[in-house]
Amino acid sequence: MAIDTLLIANRGEIAVRIIRAAQELGMRTVQVYSQADKESLAVHLADESVEIGPPAAAKSYLNFDAILNAARKTGAQAIHPGYGFLAENADFADAVETAGIAFVGPTGQSIRLLGNKVAAREVARKAGVPTVPGSAGPINSLDETREILKATGFPVLIKAAAGGGGRGIRIAQSMDELERLMPQARAEAQAAFGDGSLYLEKLIEQARHIEVQVLGDGQRIIHCFERECSLQRRRQKVWEEAPSMALDEKLRQSLCKAAVALAEAVRYRGAGTLEFLFDPRSRSFYFLEMNTRIQVEHPVTEFVTSIDLVREMIRIARGEPLRFRQDDVKMRGHAIEVRINAEDPAKNFAPFPGTVSNLRVPGGHGVRFDSMLYAGYTVPPFYDSLLGKLIVWDEDRDSALRRLKRALGELEVGGLKTTKPLHQALAVDADVGRGDFDTGWLERWLPQYQQALAERSIGEGA
Amino acid sequence: MAVKTLLSPLPGTFYRRPAPDQPPYKNEGDQVAVGDVIGLIEVMKSFNEVKVEAAGRLVKFTAGNEDAVMAGQPLAEIEV
Repeated sequence: MAIDTLLIANRGEIAVRIIRAAQELGMRTVQVYSQADKESLAVHLADESVEIGPPAAAKSYLNFDAILNAARKTGAQAIHPGYGFLAENADFADAVETAGIAFVGPTGQSIRLLGNKVAAREVARKAGVPTVPGSAGPINSLDETREILKATGFPVLIKAAAGGGGRGIRIAQSMDELERLMPQARAEAQAAFGDGSLYLEKLIEQARHIEVQVLGDGQRIIHCFERECSLQRRRQKVWEEAPSMALDEKLRQSLCKAAVALAEAVRYRGAGTLEFLFDPRSRSFYFLEMNTRIQVEHPVTEFVTSIDLVREMIRIARGEPLRFRQDDVKMRGHAIEVRINAEDPAKNFAPFPGTVSNLRVPGGHGVRFDSMLYAGYTVPPFYDSLLGKLIVWDEDRDSALRRLKRALGELEVGGLKTTKPLHQALAVDADVGRGDFDTGWLERWLPQYQQALAERSIGEGA
Repeated sequence: MAVKTLLSPLPGTFYRRPAPDQPPYKNEGDQVAVGDVIGLIEVMKSFNEVKVEAAGRLVKFTAGNEDAVMAGQPLAEIEV
Protein backbone atom coordinates (compact mmCIF):
# COMPACT_ATOMS: atom_id res chain seq x y z
CA MET A 1 0.00 0.00 0.00
CA ALA A 2 1.40 3.37 -0.98
CA ILE A 3 2.11 5.78 1.84
CA ASP A 4 0.35 9.00 0.88
CA THR A 5 -0.67 10.53 4.23
CA LEU A 6 1.80 11.75 6.86
CA LEU A 7 0.91 12.65 10.43
CA ILE A 8 3.17 15.19 12.15
CA ALA A 9 3.57 14.39 15.86
CA ASN A 10 5.24 17.65 16.81
CA ARG A 11 4.63 21.40 16.80
CA GLY A 12 6.36 24.72 16.17
CA GLU A 13 8.79 25.42 13.38
CA ILE A 14 9.73 21.78 12.78
CA ALA A 15 6.09 20.83 12.17
CA VAL A 16 5.93 23.54 9.49
CA ARG A 17 9.20 22.26 8.01
CA ILE A 18 7.87 18.69 7.80
CA ILE A 19 4.53 19.74 6.29
CA ARG A 20 6.39 21.60 3.53
CA ALA A 21 8.53 18.55 2.69
CA ALA A 22 5.53 16.19 2.67
CA GLN A 23 3.41 18.47 0.52
CA GLU A 24 6.23 18.73 -2.01
CA LEU A 25 6.19 14.92 -2.18
CA GLY A 26 2.48 15.11 -3.02
CA MET A 27 1.42 13.73 0.35
CA ARG A 28 -1.60 14.66 2.44
CA THR A 29 -0.57 16.06 5.83
CA VAL A 30 -2.27 15.61 9.20
CA GLN A 31 -1.20 17.91 12.02
CA VAL A 32 -1.99 16.90 15.61
CA TYR A 33 -2.21 19.76 18.10
CA SER A 34 -2.84 20.53 21.75
CA GLN A 35 -5.54 22.96 22.83
CA ALA A 36 -2.83 25.64 23.06
CA ASP A 37 -1.83 25.18 19.42
CA LYS A 38 -5.20 25.46 17.67
CA GLU A 39 -4.06 28.63 15.89
CA SER A 40 -0.55 27.44 15.11
CA LEU A 41 0.94 27.93 11.65
CA ALA A 42 1.32 24.16 11.26
CA VAL A 43 -2.42 23.66 11.85
CA HIS A 44 -3.20 26.34 9.28
CA LEU A 45 -0.86 24.83 6.67
CA ALA A 46 -1.71 21.13 7.11
CA ASP A 47 -4.40 19.53 4.98
CA GLU A 48 -6.11 18.21 8.10
CA SER A 49 -5.68 18.64 11.85
CA VAL A 50 -6.71 16.71 14.95
CA GLU A 51 -6.79 17.95 18.54
CA ILE A 52 -5.03 15.52 20.88
CA GLY A 53 -5.42 17.04 24.34
CA PRO A 54 -4.67 19.83 26.80
CA PRO A 55 -1.64 22.17 26.60
CA ALA A 56 0.62 20.07 28.89
CA ALA A 57 2.86 18.03 26.57
CA ALA A 58 2.49 14.96 28.80
CA LYS A 59 -1.22 14.93 27.96
CA SER A 60 -0.92 15.76 24.25
CA TYR A 61 2.36 15.61 22.32
CA LEU A 62 3.64 12.77 24.53
CA ASN A 63 0.37 10.84 24.53
CA PHE A 64 0.90 7.65 22.46
CA ASP A 65 -2.78 6.69 22.33
CA ALA A 66 -4.05 10.11 21.32
CA ILE A 67 -1.51 10.31 18.48
CA LEU A 68 -2.10 6.75 17.25
CA ASN A 69 -5.87 7.28 17.36
CA ALA A 70 -5.48 10.44 15.29
CA ALA A 71 -3.46 8.44 12.75
CA ARG A 72 -6.12 5.72 12.54
CA LYS A 73 -8.93 8.23 12.29
CA THR A 74 -7.31 10.12 9.42
CA GLY A 75 -5.82 7.15 7.59
CA ALA A 76 -2.23 8.33 8.05
CA GLN A 77 0.21 5.55 7.11
CA ALA A 78 3.32 7.33 8.43
CA ILE A 79 4.23 9.44 11.47
CA HIS A 80 7.04 11.98 11.58
CA PRO A 81 8.10 12.73 15.18
CA GLY A 82 10.25 15.84 14.47
CA TYR A 83 12.75 16.51 17.29
CA GLY A 84 12.13 16.47 21.04
CA PHE A 85 8.83 15.04 22.37
CA LEU A 86 8.63 11.41 21.11
CA ALA A 87 11.37 11.60 18.48
CA GLU A 88 13.81 9.45 20.46
CA ASN A 89 11.31 7.35 22.36
CA ALA A 90 11.98 3.73 21.35
CA ASP A 91 8.68 2.52 22.80
CA PHE A 92 6.79 5.02 20.68
CA ALA A 93 8.65 3.96 17.53
CA ASP A 94 7.74 0.33 18.35
CA ALA A 95 4.09 1.24 19.07
CA VAL A 96 3.82 3.06 15.73
CA GLU A 97 5.23 0.13 13.75
CA THR A 98 3.10 -2.35 15.71
CA ALA A 99 0.06 -0.34 14.66
CA GLY A 100 1.11 -0.94 11.05
CA ILE A 101 2.22 2.67 10.57
CA ALA A 102 5.65 3.72 9.24
CA PHE A 103 7.82 5.63 11.73
CA VAL A 104 9.86 8.33 9.99
CA GLY A 105 13.11 7.50 11.71
CA PRO A 106 15.13 4.50 12.83
CA THR A 107 13.80 1.29 14.38
CA GLY A 108 12.91 1.27 18.07
CA GLN A 109 15.81 -1.11 18.52
CA SER A 110 18.31 1.42 17.07
CA ILE A 111 16.90 4.22 19.22
CA ARG A 112 17.17 2.06 22.34
CA LEU A 113 20.74 1.02 21.58
CA LEU A 114 22.05 4.46 20.61
CA GLY A 115 20.02 6.28 23.28
CA ASN A 116 22.00 4.53 25.98
CA LYS A 117 25.31 6.39 26.17
CA VAL A 118 27.23 3.41 27.52
CA ALA A 119 25.90 1.05 24.83
CA ALA A 120 26.56 3.66 22.13
CA ARG A 121 30.19 4.04 23.26
CA GLU A 122 30.52 0.27 22.99
CA VAL A 123 29.16 0.32 19.43
CA ALA A 124 31.65 3.08 18.60
CA ARG A 125 34.58 1.17 20.03
CA LYS A 126 33.67 -1.93 18.04
CA ALA A 127 33.42 0.17 14.86
CA GLY A 128 36.89 1.58 15.53
CA VAL A 129 35.60 5.08 16.31
CA PRO A 130 37.50 6.93 19.06
CA THR A 131 35.54 7.81 22.22
CA VAL A 132 36.48 10.14 25.04
CA PRO A 133 38.70 8.31 27.58
CA GLY A 134 36.45 7.09 30.37
CA SER A 135 34.58 4.09 31.72
CA ALA A 136 33.77 1.26 29.32
CA GLY A 137 30.41 0.66 30.97
CA PRO A 138 28.38 1.83 33.95
CA ILE A 139 30.60 2.18 37.01
CA ASN A 140 29.75 0.09 40.02
CA SER A 141 32.50 0.42 42.58
CA LEU A 142 35.01 2.92 43.90
CA ASP A 143 37.89 0.59 42.98
CA GLU A 144 36.69 0.58 39.40
CA THR A 145 36.44 4.37 39.54
CA ARG A 146 40.07 4.71 40.69
CA GLU A 147 41.18 2.57 37.74
CA ILE A 148 39.27 4.72 35.25
CA LEU A 149 40.65 7.92 36.78
CA LYS A 150 44.14 6.79 35.81
CA ALA A 151 43.09 7.19 32.17
CA THR A 152 41.02 10.35 32.56
CA GLY A 153 42.69 12.35 35.34
CA PHE A 154 40.89 15.38 36.81
CA PRO A 155 38.73 17.24 36.06
CA VAL A 156 36.35 14.43 35.15
CA LEU A 157 32.73 14.44 33.98
CA ILE A 158 30.09 12.35 35.75
CA LYS A 159 27.33 11.52 33.27
CA ALA A 160 24.04 9.66 33.42
CA ALA A 161 23.97 6.66 31.07
CA ALA A 162 20.36 7.42 30.16
CA GLY A 163 20.86 11.20 30.02
CA GLY A 164 21.04 13.58 27.09
CA GLY A 165 20.80 17.18 25.99
CA GLY A 166 23.42 18.18 28.54
CA ARG A 167 21.24 17.08 31.46
CA GLY A 168 22.58 15.10 34.40
CA ILE A 169 26.23 16.13 33.94
CA ARG A 170 28.56 17.06 36.82
CA ILE A 171 32.23 18.04 36.89
CA ALA A 172 34.52 16.78 39.66
CA GLN A 173 37.89 18.48 40.22
CA SER A 174 39.18 16.06 42.84
CA MET A 175 38.63 12.67 44.43
CA ASP A 176 36.86 14.32 47.38
CA GLU A 177 34.48 16.08 45.06
CA LEU A 178 33.90 12.93 43.04
CA GLU A 179 32.95 10.95 46.15
CA ARG A 180 30.59 13.72 47.20
CA LEU A 181 28.94 14.16 43.77
CA MET A 182 28.47 10.53 42.73
CA PRO A 183 25.56 9.71 45.09
CA GLN A 184 23.77 12.96 44.12
CA ALA A 185 24.27 12.25 40.43
CA ARG A 186 22.97 8.70 40.86
CA ALA A 187 19.85 9.84 42.70
CA GLU A 188 19.17 12.56 40.15
CA ALA A 189 19.64 10.20 37.19
CA GLN A 190 17.31 7.68 38.83
CA ALA A 191 14.66 10.38 39.34
CA ALA A 192 15.03 12.03 35.95
CA PHE A 193 15.58 9.04 33.66
CA GLY A 194 14.49 6.05 35.77
CA ASP A 195 18.03 4.69 35.50
CA GLY A 196 20.75 5.57 38.00
CA SER A 197 23.65 4.21 35.92
CA LEU A 198 26.59 6.59 35.69
CA TYR A 199 29.78 6.71 33.66
CA LEU A 200 32.90 8.84 33.77
CA GLU A 201 34.48 10.79 30.96
CA LYS A 202 37.65 12.85 30.65
CA LEU A 203 36.83 16.58 30.49
CA ILE A 204 38.41 17.94 27.35
CA GLU A 205 38.84 21.66 27.87
CA GLN A 206 38.46 24.25 25.13
CA ALA A 207 36.96 21.61 22.85
CA ARG A 208 34.74 22.21 19.87
CA HIS A 209 31.43 20.50 19.25
CA ILE A 210 31.42 19.12 15.73
CA GLU A 211 28.74 16.76 14.44
CA VAL A 212 28.26 14.71 11.30
CA GLN A 213 24.97 14.34 9.45
CA VAL A 214 24.22 10.88 8.09
CA LEU A 215 21.42 9.40 6.01
CA GLY A 216 20.75 5.68 5.83
CA ASP A 217 18.12 3.37 4.34
CA GLY A 218 18.85 0.45 6.66
CA GLN A 219 21.34 -0.98 4.15
CA ARG A 220 23.53 1.82 2.91
CA ILE A 221 24.78 4.92 4.77
CA ILE A 222 26.13 8.22 3.46
CA HIS A 223 27.35 11.31 5.30
CA CYS A 224 26.45 14.91 4.43
CA PHE A 225 29.56 16.41 6.03
CA GLU A 226 29.82 18.18 9.36
CA ARG A 227 28.32 21.03 11.35
CA GLU A 228 30.18 23.26 13.79
CA CYS A 229 28.00 23.86 16.88
CA SER A 230 30.42 25.18 19.50
CA LEU A 231 28.51 28.35 20.36
CA GLN A 232 26.35 27.15 23.24
CA ARG A 233 24.64 28.62 26.27
CA ARG A 234 23.86 26.22 29.12
CA ARG A 235 24.82 23.40 26.77
CA GLN A 236 22.14 24.48 24.29
CA LYS A 237 23.29 25.42 20.81
CA VAL A 238 22.49 28.96 19.74
CA TRP A 239 24.47 29.30 16.46
CA GLU A 240 25.52 26.58 14.02
CA GLU A 241 27.60 26.50 10.85
CA ALA A 242 28.73 24.25 8.04
CA PRO A 243 31.50 23.50 7.36
CA SER A 244 33.61 23.68 10.53
CA MET A 245 36.50 26.13 10.39
CA ALA A 246 38.59 23.81 12.59
CA LEU A 247 38.93 20.92 10.14
CA ASP A 248 41.19 20.49 7.14
CA GLU A 249 40.21 18.18 4.31
CA LYS A 250 42.05 15.18 5.71
CA LEU A 251 40.51 15.48 9.19
CA ARG A 252 37.08 16.09 7.64
CA GLN A 253 37.35 12.86 5.65
CA SER A 254 38.43 10.78 8.63
CA LEU A 255 35.70 12.27 10.87
CA CYS A 256 32.97 11.65 8.30
CA LYS A 257 34.25 8.12 7.59
CA ALA A 258 34.16 7.35 11.33
CA ALA A 259 30.55 8.55 11.49
CA VAL A 260 29.55 6.35 8.56
CA ALA A 261 31.31 3.33 10.08
CA LEU A 262 29.36 3.74 13.31
CA ALA A 263 26.01 4.18 11.54
CA GLU A 264 26.78 1.14 9.38
CA ALA A 265 27.42 -0.92 12.49
CA VAL A 266 23.73 -0.53 13.45
CA ARG A 267 22.41 -0.56 9.84
CA TYR A 268 20.94 2.86 10.54
CA ARG A 269 17.72 3.99 8.86
CA GLY A 270 16.73 7.63 8.45
CA ALA A 271 18.50 10.89 9.24
CA GLY A 272 20.88 10.88 12.19
CA THR A 273 23.62 12.97 13.71
CA LEU A 274 26.81 11.79 15.36
CA GLU A 275 28.17 14.27 17.83
CA PHE A 276 31.92 14.55 18.39
CA LEU A 277 34.18 16.54 20.64
CA PHE A 278 37.14 17.97 18.78
CA ASP A 279 40.33 18.86 20.64
CA PRO A 280 42.02 21.51 18.47
CA ARG A 281 45.35 21.18 20.29
CA SER A 282 45.82 17.48 19.68
CA ARG A 283 43.62 17.60 16.53
CA SER A 284 41.78 14.52 17.77
CA PHE A 285 38.06 13.85 17.72
CA TYR A 286 36.03 11.70 20.07
CA PHE A 287 32.52 10.30 19.57
CA LEU A 288 30.03 11.59 22.14
CA GLU A 289 26.57 10.35 21.15
CA MET A 290 24.24 9.80 18.25
CA ASN A 291 20.97 11.68 17.89
CA THR A 292 18.51 9.44 16.09
CA ARG A 293 16.30 12.16 14.62
CA ILE A 294 16.31 15.29 12.49
CA GLN A 295 18.04 18.15 14.31
CA VAL A 296 17.16 21.81 14.76
CA GLU A 297 20.27 22.85 12.83
CA HIS A 298 19.73 20.58 9.79
CA PRO A 299 19.19 23.55 7.39
CA VAL A 300 22.89 24.51 7.37
CA THR A 301 23.64 21.08 5.90
CA GLU A 302 20.79 21.47 3.41
CA PHE A 303 22.26 24.80 2.27
CA VAL A 304 25.81 23.52 1.68
CA THR A 305 24.84 20.14 0.14
CA SER A 306 21.54 21.05 -1.60
CA ILE A 307 19.99 17.86 -0.16
CA ASP A 308 16.54 18.20 1.40
CA LEU A 309 17.11 16.05 4.50
CA VAL A 310 13.50 16.03 5.72
CA ARG A 311 12.20 15.02 2.31
CA GLU A 312 14.81 12.25 2.10
CA MET A 313 13.86 10.86 5.50
CA ILE A 314 10.22 10.68 4.45
CA ARG A 315 11.19 8.92 1.21
CA ILE A 316 13.22 6.38 3.20
CA ALA A 317 10.27 5.78 5.54
CA ARG A 318 8.11 5.14 2.47
CA GLY A 319 10.49 2.30 1.65
CA GLU A 320 12.53 3.96 -1.09
CA PRO A 321 16.26 3.20 -1.22
CA LEU A 322 18.73 6.02 -0.62
CA ARG A 323 18.85 8.19 -3.75
CA PHE A 324 22.46 9.32 -3.37
CA ARG A 325 25.87 7.74 -3.52
CA GLN A 326 28.56 9.20 -1.32
CA ASP A 327 30.25 10.72 -4.38
CA ASP A 328 27.05 12.61 -5.21
CA VAL A 329 27.25 14.62 -1.99
CA LYS A 330 29.26 17.78 -2.53
CA MET A 331 29.71 20.66 -0.13
CA ARG A 332 29.70 24.17 -1.51
CA GLY A 333 30.03 27.55 0.23
CA HIS A 334 29.28 28.28 3.88
CA ALA A 335 26.04 28.35 5.88
CA ILE A 336 25.22 29.82 9.30
CA GLU A 337 22.06 29.33 11.37
CA VAL A 338 21.06 31.43 14.37
CA ARG A 339 18.24 30.43 16.69
CA ILE A 340 15.61 33.08 17.28
CA ASN A 341 14.18 32.35 20.73
CA ALA A 342 11.43 34.16 22.65
CA GLU A 343 13.87 35.23 25.35
CA ASP A 344 15.03 38.61 26.60
CA PRO A 345 18.86 38.81 26.43
CA ALA A 346 18.76 41.93 28.65
CA LYS A 347 17.01 39.94 31.42
CA ASN A 348 19.28 36.91 31.50
CA PHE A 349 17.30 35.26 28.70
CA ALA A 350 14.00 35.18 30.60
CA PRO A 351 11.25 33.60 28.48
CA PHE A 352 8.99 36.07 26.70
CA PRO A 353 5.81 34.49 25.30
CA GLY A 354 3.18 36.81 23.85
CA THR A 355 1.49 38.08 20.72
CA VAL A 356 3.38 38.96 17.54
CA SER A 357 2.16 42.46 16.66
CA ASN A 358 4.01 42.61 13.35
CA LEU A 359 6.52 40.48 11.51
CA ARG A 360 9.13 41.39 8.90
CA VAL A 361 10.82 38.32 7.43
CA PRO A 362 14.31 38.72 5.93
CA GLY A 363 14.69 37.77 2.28
CA GLY A 364 17.03 37.84 -0.67
CA HIS A 365 19.45 35.33 -2.15
CA GLY A 366 20.88 32.76 0.26
CA VAL A 367 18.50 33.64 3.11
CA ARG A 368 16.05 31.21 4.69
CA PHE A 369 13.72 31.78 7.64
CA ASP A 370 12.19 28.62 9.14
CA SER A 371 9.67 29.67 11.74
CA MET A 372 6.24 29.17 13.25
CA LEU A 373 5.46 32.88 13.36
CA TYR A 374 2.86 35.01 11.63
CA ALA A 375 1.58 38.48 12.47
CA GLY A 376 -1.14 38.21 15.11
CA TYR A 377 0.02 34.79 16.38
CA THR A 378 0.18 34.33 20.15
CA VAL A 379 3.21 32.29 21.22
CA PRO A 380 2.00 29.97 24.00
CA PRO A 381 4.04 29.70 27.23
CA PHE A 382 3.82 25.91 27.47
CA TYR A 383 6.61 24.78 25.15
CA ASP A 384 10.21 25.67 24.45
CA SER A 385 11.20 29.17 23.40
CA LEU A 386 12.38 28.47 19.84
CA LEU A 387 10.42 30.71 17.46
CA GLY A 388 12.44 30.04 14.37
CA LYS A 389 15.80 29.94 12.73
CA LEU A 390 17.47 32.39 10.39
CA ILE A 391 19.82 30.58 8.04
CA VAL A 392 22.11 32.19 5.48
CA TRP A 393 24.34 30.76 2.77
CA ASP A 394 27.10 32.42 0.80
CA GLU A 395 30.21 31.50 -1.16
CA ASP A 396 32.52 31.66 1.85
CA ARG A 397 32.35 32.31 5.58
CA ASP A 398 33.14 36.03 5.50
CA SER A 399 30.42 36.65 2.95
CA ALA A 400 27.99 34.50 4.93
CA LEU A 401 28.69 36.59 8.06
CA ARG A 402 27.98 39.80 6.13
CA ARG A 403 24.79 38.31 4.76
CA LEU A 404 23.77 37.24 8.27
CA LYS A 405 24.26 40.80 9.59
CA ARG A 406 22.19 42.18 6.74
CA ALA A 407 19.40 39.60 7.21
CA LEU A 408 19.28 40.09 11.01
CA GLY A 409 18.80 43.80 10.37
CA GLU A 410 15.75 43.04 8.26
CA LEU A 411 14.18 40.69 10.81
CA GLU A 412 11.54 42.31 12.97
CA VAL A 413 9.39 40.41 15.47
CA GLY A 414 7.11 43.02 17.03
CA GLY A 415 5.58 42.50 20.47
CA LEU A 416 8.13 39.94 21.71
CA LYS A 417 11.67 40.03 23.05
CA THR A 418 13.92 37.73 21.06
CA THR A 419 17.56 36.67 20.84
CA LYS A 420 18.04 38.74 17.68
CA PRO A 421 20.21 41.37 19.48
CA LEU A 422 22.47 38.60 20.83
CA HIS A 423 23.11 37.34 17.30
CA GLN A 424 23.71 40.88 16.03
CA ALA A 425 26.41 41.30 18.68
CA LEU A 426 27.93 37.89 17.91
CA ALA A 427 27.97 38.56 14.18
CA VAL A 428 30.32 41.55 14.66
CA ASP A 429 32.52 39.97 17.34
CA ALA A 430 36.20 39.55 16.41
CA ASP A 431 36.54 36.00 17.80
CA VAL A 432 33.39 34.89 16.00
CA GLY A 433 34.69 36.60 12.85
CA ARG A 434 37.86 34.48 13.03
CA GLY A 435 35.87 31.37 13.91
CA ASP A 436 37.98 31.19 17.04
CA PHE A 437 35.76 29.70 19.75
CA ASP A 438 35.10 26.56 21.78
CA THR A 439 32.07 25.24 23.66
CA GLY A 440 32.84 27.44 26.68
CA TRP A 441 33.42 30.66 24.69
CA LEU A 442 29.84 32.01 24.74
CA GLU A 443 29.45 31.57 28.52
CA ARG A 444 32.73 33.46 29.05
CA TRP A 445 31.67 36.21 26.63
CA LEU A 446 28.11 36.72 27.95
CA PRO A 447 28.85 38.66 31.18
CA GLN A 448 30.47 41.58 29.31
CA TYR A 449 27.66 41.55 26.74
CA GLN A 450 25.01 41.62 29.47
CA GLN A 451 26.89 44.40 31.21
CA ALA A 452 26.86 46.43 28.00
CA LEU A 453 23.12 45.80 27.57
CA ALA A 454 22.43 46.96 31.14
CA GLU A 455 24.42 50.17 30.61
CA ARG A 456 22.67 50.87 27.34
CA SER A 457 19.21 50.47 28.93
CA ILE A 458 20.19 52.92 31.73
CA GLY A 459 21.33 55.35 29.02
CA GLU A 460 18.02 54.98 27.20
CA GLY A 461 16.08 55.55 30.42
CA ALA A 462 17.89 58.82 31.17
CA MET B 1 -11.84 39.72 57.43
CA ALA B 2 -10.60 40.52 53.95
CA VAL B 3 -9.79 37.96 51.30
CA LYS B 4 -6.89 38.74 48.95
CA THR B 5 -6.47 36.98 45.66
CA LEU B 6 -3.00 35.85 44.65
CA LEU B 7 -2.62 36.31 40.90
CA SER B 8 -0.31 34.47 38.52
CA PRO B 9 2.54 36.80 37.56
CA LEU B 10 3.12 34.94 34.28
CA PRO B 11 1.33 32.76 31.76
CA GLY B 12 2.28 29.09 31.89
CA THR B 13 1.68 25.87 33.80
CA PHE B 14 0.97 26.01 37.54
CA TYR B 15 2.56 23.44 39.83
CA ARG B 16 1.76 23.11 43.52
CA ARG B 17 4.75 20.87 44.25
CA PRO B 18 8.50 21.49 43.88
CA ALA B 19 8.77 18.09 42.13
CA PRO B 20 6.22 15.39 41.22
CA ASP B 21 7.40 13.09 44.04
CA GLN B 22 7.33 15.78 46.73
CA PRO B 23 4.49 17.14 48.89
CA PRO B 24 2.72 20.39 47.93
CA TYR B 25 4.30 23.66 49.07
CA LYS B 26 1.08 24.61 50.88
CA ASN B 27 -2.30 23.09 51.60
CA GLU B 28 -5.65 24.80 51.94
CA GLY B 29 -6.00 26.03 55.51
CA ASP B 30 -2.26 26.67 56.01
CA GLN B 31 -1.00 29.90 57.56
CA VAL B 32 1.27 31.71 55.11
CA ALA B 33 3.83 34.50 55.59
CA VAL B 34 5.02 37.12 53.10
CA GLY B 35 7.58 35.53 50.76
CA ASP B 36 6.34 31.96 51.26
CA VAL B 37 6.31 29.96 48.03
CA ILE B 38 2.90 28.48 47.16
CA GLY B 39 3.80 27.04 43.76
CA LEU B 40 5.72 27.31 40.50
CA ILE B 41 4.80 28.68 37.10
CA GLU B 42 6.57 26.96 34.24
CA VAL B 43 7.07 29.27 31.29
CA MET B 44 8.85 27.80 28.27
CA LYS B 45 10.65 25.24 30.41
CA SER B 46 11.84 27.77 33.00
CA PHE B 47 10.40 27.63 36.50
CA ASN B 48 9.36 30.71 38.49
CA GLU B 49 8.31 30.70 42.14
CA VAL B 50 4.97 32.23 43.13
CA LYS B 51 5.32 34.03 46.47
CA VAL B 52 2.80 35.23 49.01
CA GLU B 53 2.42 39.04 49.12
CA ALA B 54 0.17 39.34 52.19
CA ALA B 55 0.34 37.10 55.28
CA GLY B 56 -2.73 35.21 56.39
CA ARG B 57 -4.51 31.89 55.93
CA LEU B 58 -4.58 30.24 52.53
CA VAL B 59 -8.27 29.33 52.30
CA LYS B 60 -8.52 28.08 48.75
CA PHE B 61 -6.57 27.26 45.60
CA THR B 62 -8.43 28.56 42.55
CA ALA B 63 -6.05 26.88 40.08
CA GLY B 64 -5.22 23.18 40.21
CA ASN B 65 -1.88 21.44 39.98
CA GLU B 66 -0.64 21.36 36.35
CA ASP B 67 -3.39 23.75 35.20
CA ALA B 68 -2.62 26.06 32.28
CA VAL B 69 -2.92 29.61 33.61
CA MET B 70 -2.84 33.09 32.09
CA ALA B 71 -0.96 36.08 33.54
CA GLY B 72 -3.27 37.75 36.07
CA GLN B 73 -5.35 34.64 36.64
CA PRO B 74 -6.23 33.96 40.32
CA LEU B 75 -4.21 31.11 41.83
CA ALA B 76 -5.27 31.22 45.48
CA GLU B 77 -7.32 33.13 48.03
CA ILE B 78 -5.71 34.32 51.24
CA GLU B 79 -7.69 35.52 54.26
CA VAL B 80 -5.70 38.38 55.77
